[in-house]
Amino acid sequence: MKIQSRRRIANVTGVALVGTLALAGCGSNNNTTATSSGSSSTSASSTGCATGTLSGEGSTAQKNAIDQAITDYQTTCPGATVNYNGTGSGAGVKQFTAGQVAFGGSDSALKSVPVAGATVTEQAAADKACGSPAWDIPMVTGPIAVVYNVKGVSKLILTPAVSAKIFNGVITTWNDPAIAAINPGVTLPATAIKVFFRSDSSGTTENFTKYLAAAAPTAWTAASGKTWTGKGEGKQASSGVSNAVKATDGGITYTEWSYAKDDQLAMAQIDNGGGPVELTAPAVSQALSLAKQAGTGNNIILKLDYTTKAPGAYPILLVTYEIACSKGKDAAKAKLLQSFLKSFASSGEQAKLVTIGYAPLPANIQGQVNTAIAALS
Amino acid sequence: MTAADVTSDSNLAALRPPASNAGFSHRSRSRALRNLVARVVMWLAFLIALVPLVWILWSVVTKGGALLLNSTWWTNSQRGITDRMVGGGAAHAIEGTLIEALATAVMAVPIGVMTAIYLVEYGRGRLANIVSFMVDILTGIPSIVAALFIYAVWVTTFGFQRVGFAVCLALVLLMIPVIVRSTEEMLKLVHNDLREASYALGVPKWKTIARVVVPTAFSGIITGILLGLARIMGETAPLLILGPYTKDIATDIFGGLVPTLPTMINQDRTEVLQPAVDRVWGAAMTLILIILLLNIAGRLVSRLGAPKT
Amino acid sequence: MPNITGVSAVDELSGPERHGPPQGNRASTGRLGDRIFSGTARGAGILVIAIVTLVGVFLLSQAIPALAKDKVNFLTSTQWNVDATPLQFGIANLLWVTVLSSALAMVVAVPLGIGVALFITQYAPRWLRGPAASLVDLLAAVPSIVYGLWGLQVLGTHMDGIQGFLIKIFGRLPLFQDAGVAAASTILTVAVVLAIMVLPIVTALSREVFAQTPTTNMEAALALGATRWEMIRTAVLPFGKPGVISASMLGLGRALGETVAVTVILSALAGSAPWSWSMFNGGETFASKIANNAAEFDSPQKAGAFMAAGLVLFGLTFIVNAVARAVINRRKAFVE
Repeated sequence: MKIQSRRRIANVTGVALVGTLALAGCGSNNNTTATSSGSSSTSASSTGCATGTLSGEGSTAQKNAIDQAITDYQTTCPGATVNYNGTGSGAGVKQFTAGQVAFGGSDSALKSVPVAGATVTEQAAADKACGSPAWDIPMVTGPIAVVYNVKGVSKLILTPAVSAKIFNGVITTWNDPAIAAINPGVTLPATAIKVFFRSDSSGTTENFTKYLAAAAPTAWTAASGKTWTGKGEGKQASSGVSNAVKATDGGITYTEWSYAKDDQLAMAQIDNGGGPVELTAPAVSQALSLAKQAGTGNNIILKLDYTTKAPGAYPILLVTYEIACSKGKDAAKAKLLQSFLKSFASSGEQAKLVTIGYAPLPANIQGQVNTAIAALS
Repeated sequence: MTAADVTSDSNLAALRPPASNAGFSHRSRSRALRNLVARVVMWLAFLIALVPLVWILWSVVTKGGALLLNSTWWTNSQRGITDRMVGGGAAHAIEGTLIEALATAVMAVPIGVMTAIYLVEYGRGRLANIVSFMVDILTGIPSIVAALFIYAVWVTTFGFQRVGFAVCLALVLLMIPVIVRSTEEMLKLVHNDLREASYALGVPKWKTIARVVVPTAFSGIITGILLGLARIMGETAPLLILGPYTKDIATDIFGGLVPTLPTMINQDRTEVLQPAVDRVWGAAMTLILIILLLNIAGRLVSRLGAPKT
Repeated sequence: MPNITGVSAVDELSGPERHGPPQGNRASTGRLGDRIFSGTARGAGILVIAIVTLVGVFLLSQAIPALAKDKVNFLTSTQWNVDATPLQFGIANLLWVTVLSSALAMVVAVPLGIGVALFITQYAPRWLRGPAASLVDLLAAVPSIVYGLWGLQVLGTHMDGIQGFLIKIFGRLPLFQDAGVAAASTILTVAVVLAIMVLPIVTALSREVFAQTPTTNMEAALALGATRWEMIRTAVLPFGKPGVISASMLGLGRALGETVAVTVILSALAGSAPWSWSMFNGGETFASKIANNAAEFDSPQKAGAFMAAGLVLFGLTFIVNAVARAVINRRKAFVE
């Protein structure tokens, strides 16, 4: 009978709908058994918890760090939820300015001079979005590794000039005399060099091109900025370029130490003139001690010395910031942000991040950061 | 049943006159050869078409299948789980996907079904032609353009937050034409005798449509809806620009970010840390499973209650 | 019957038995219920018109001011610099990559799709027909992000040899020049994945059309002593040709607009990269350009530039779909 079959179908549909709704209510956020082992050393307990949901977006350089910080914070404060999407520093600044996120992650501080073509500075736009001054708060340092994948080459030294020529396409093969000259004793194959760059608007790109422009001004003539101006092929996010190098013989790129470690990629030693320096935690903190505070008040901007010739100092660094409103529009969210950042900046958390490829902030900066976080409201 | 089913090549050959003439036999052999080559080519085409299917399913199952056997995969979220940790589940993304699909359907199905009813039962003249034309245009809108439109309206113009509902709006644009076209087909299949019998009994037109035509075509309409749902669930482009990911269970489509399986995949698709890679493929397999289930459900419904015309 | 691919020939090939229900006021009684119901139905139709008009007007209204400020030729320039004033953006690169990747995909998918459709309707043993059709349809159930993932991480690792081989043989032609892009991320790899993605569409529609070849035509050919292949060539293919063309067009429309698979696989190029005709190059299609730059829509001017690109993509797919429909309509007139 037609009508019967119709009824049967209606029942089937009904069951399906109810099933969907029932399922929609039964998921669990409780992953404590999985997380407890990894978060025993958290010192966030002293921070005081806040509750609610907070969203941030931006830099992929700090994604590994902030993921860890979020996990630890949420373990201590189960009532809080912090989301972070790694979409690139450019997106972080833009979404923050557009009021889409409560904090932006960026590897370069908000600019107070207009970028080419823009009429409003980043700082002014962010201040306007906040209704109060927007602050750059440095959270963690992510050294930029120059990683490569060349069969049979496990040790490689690069000078700024040679790096620049590789990344702007002047040097195209691995056995180029310029590379051979600074790598005596290394057998370099005739493989073509495949340069990978960040196709998204990226703070890593900005810091790396700043380094090239500062340390090799004659070889790197292109402007430095979040958009890549050299040669090569583009991939999204730090993990994207790292993964591409891993999969490509002859590949080279610039990426955060954390990703280089995760991908187990070979990292070039950088010779700024004071001898080749391997990327290690002490080499990073030595270079970091040369950084200067260039911001005013609680807006903390670190100026890095890319041209340092100090022996044993690794020169290619980036400092990754959280951009936040000094006076949040939503009081509850501002409180949560403050509480989360406090936990992120705590010495216990910072020490933990070293194991996954980040460097803690220098002690003098750390104090200023804590002051700034305390002043958030 | 086609003629080729009944008459196989060998039967035909038997019917042909014996090849006594040398020239004819030569030609005949080349024809037979060509026939054979064509047969081999068609078989090959089918086998080649199966290669990617088997390969993709094999990749997905071997890389992501193990996680799905774990019960936490279906019950837990990714809250507190970083890329270097094993554990957690995809419950948040599964729920998000279902909820967004449901919300989309709630908006798209009435519009789609009523439009189809208009086109089949009422539509005449210019307006109907325009509506039909517009549905064609909607069919052709690339998903990224639909997403761009919603982003420009929702975020750039109105300054709203990117929430799950905005994603649903973009998906509605993509789902309406699917619903209209499939419902239209089903309504056209309803025999006119049914309508006329109803009119003859003095039943008004709207009641005829609501009580006779639509119920007769009901299973077909449901099938269309299920297939439309399957289609939009796998859609990722609007999510890329409108639906940021969250690791938490979040079901409020107006209140914030809603995680979905496609964004869960997208989030970690470039990761190399094994736990994250496993989860990406696990999410991929889960998504394929859900879409397949919907498709199977659609077919079952259409088989159970095909309109008897 | 709607199928998994979302395309169907049934509604496009109206047979004599489907002339639609009785229409007009004669069937209506003008009662309140009737007026409400027909009003709602009509309202839904008008809503659809309104939505499409809104999309079109909105995209145009955002794109036109940006186009007016564009200091280079929108159609022929290869630059894309929307951060600078004056604005400089052109779509030549995007258009080439979009068209090349889709065209290559069709070169693979159309013959293969026809072959599979003929196999299913003419060659497969009876028990295999249903399952074979379902298996090919299953390709349409794989979401595009999974295609992207698989294309880059699984298929891509096997593309090196194929591309090296092609470069060795045809390397002198501009289309086959080595562009120095990793083999997993070239236009060719994208094209192969797109071909797999549109295969179920091409197959499903072709299959339906082939299955509708009048039995009398086929029997006549066989009775005249034709082999099965000759029967297909003289009866099935001519009958199905318009259907195959429209199937290919619908597939092409899908390939042109595909976003996520392309975004995941294809390597973007730096703004200063030289023009190349090569299929071994990277680049961006309209869709992947928009997807890659979602964060850039912060000012109406910049968003306008991307909307202009989106409009061109929209126009392209619309033309392709319209051609498909026109072919079908001509055939309908011919058959009836």
